[in-house]
Amino acid sequence: MPTIAPSLIFQLTLLTVVFFSLQISAAVLVYFERKISGWAQQRVGPNRVGPLGLLQPLADIVKLIFKEELRPKAADKWLFYLAPILSATTAFAAFAVIPFGPPTTFFGLLEKPVPLQVADLNVAVLVVFAITSMGIYGIVLAGWASNSKYALLGGLRSSAQMISYELAYAMALASVLVIANSLSLREIVDAQQGWRWLFGVVPVPAWYVFLTPIGFFIFFIAGIAETNRAPFDFPEAEQELVAGYHTEYSSMSFALFFLAEYVNMVVVCGVTVSLFLGGFYMPGLPVWLGPLWFIGKVAALLFFYIWMRWTLPRYRYDQLMDFGWKRLLPLSIVNLLVTAAGVLYWS
Amino acid sequence: MAPWLFYLFATISVVSSIGVIGQRNPMYSVLLLIGSFISLAGLYVGLDSPFVAVTQIVVYAGAIMVLFLFVVMLLNAPREDVAPGAQLPIPGVVKAYGGVLSVAMAAMLLWALSRLGVVPFVEDPQAAERVASVRDIGLMLFRDHAFSFEVTSILILVAMVGAVVLAKKTV
Repeated sequence: MPTIAPSLIFQLTLLTVVFFSLQISAAVLVYFERKISGWAQQRVGPNRVGPLGLLQPLADIVKLIFKEELRPKAADKWLFYLAPILSATTAFAAFAVIPFGPPTTFFGLLEKPVPLQVADLNVAVLVVFAITSMGIYGIVLAGWASNSKYALLGGLRSSAQMISYELAYAMALASVLVIANSLSLREIVDAQQGWRWLFGVVPVPAWYVFLTPIGFFIFFIAGIAETNRAPFDFPEAEQELVAGYHTEYSSMSFALFFLAEYVNMVVVCGVTVSLFLGGFYMPGLPVWLGPLWFIGKVAALLFFYIWMRWTLPRYRYDQLMDFGWKRLLPLSIVNLLVTAAGVLYWS
Repeated sequence: MAPWLFYLFATISVVSSIGVIGQRNPMYSVLLLIGSFISLAGLYVGLDSPFVAVTQIVVYAGAIMVLFLFVVMLLNAPREDVAPGAQLPIPGVVKAYGGVLSVAMAAMLLWALSRLGVVPFVEDPQAAERVASVRDIGLMLFRDHAFSFEVTSILILVAMVGAVVLAKKTV
């Protein structure tokens, strides 16, 4: 009988756990989105299915599975079905390089400690960037293949928006890379443990958000634009485009887009936490509970996403372009220069 | 890199490249080109250059091809179908000339490839390390080749200004 390396079994287990956790996180997120929107609008929110409405996502999934799959007659058959698959795949794949816990032996179960991360690459930051840029194709193709004017406009808008905000996104990211002097997410996270004296007097966690707050601000805003969330949800602006790029989709292919949107939010928040908020480190608290701190920070950011959606109205399209190109991009370039100068001065 | 991986990515890349020029639908051409770029990135990963692979995806498959796709969608480029009757008759001389040229080309390629012979794949971990490190690439770009790098950036800037001037003329 051929023996299988324990590391391989561990990798497969980790992969499965991460994959299903992401799916469950999307379901939980949908529930909280509806609950928080209920609170924001002084409603009750879902409360019929199960205790506190907790089984609502499950009911939604069952409903989506049993709905009829419709495809417009004039749609491009292959691309129409490829688009949602592409969206969902890229959303999941991007999480692979995010570290969510310290190396662990699982209380002596394994011989040597293994890092809690699906793939530790030395160019992890760029991999996230590359996979995210592939995710655009899912939306653009959905818009084109549907052969519907609303969907096409949604797809065009989303590609223009993502190209515009990717620049500021990358520039903000570069400021962290300059400070950390590394492209590996694990190394970046490891550099953020413990405390740091801000201006020599104020003790703060050694997170990069305190070193480049403007970078964090730009990255967070561009991240919202990248995930097509309100107030930047132009690809699916209801009042103008019905539902944007997924107007013509129904049943599970619609569900895949829905899933991709929420998983993308989790991934972007995970990257933000790893780059700026110390990843799985919490100063003064035990490191072996790392995954808990990671999930807590991601949840806090996700709450902020949902909060913003129900607080801020959508921009006008020209305001979006104006904000992206004329404000965010120059600000991010100045921030990068200042950060680089600071690194040169203090190191 | 495992040979079967090389053959897998090489086949995908060649087949999709042929597909790019064989397609009537410009949308499919763009997508096949993206497929070709991604399989090239796979080859780079196999050659121990993850940085080059990721850059290939970010720059070519990500940024540039999104612009291509954008233009194809915006112009709504039609399928390049030619009605059977509307096709112009091609003179025999032109056909013969083209035939001779393509045979000559094929012969030249075959000759060049046969002179090359089969080069065995050499595993050289140090060579991979030299290329793979982002730090080394950065140092090479900004220290050894700083002048040509800056000149290239000015060239791109000039091209960009030119495009803006040309596009703005009508206003």
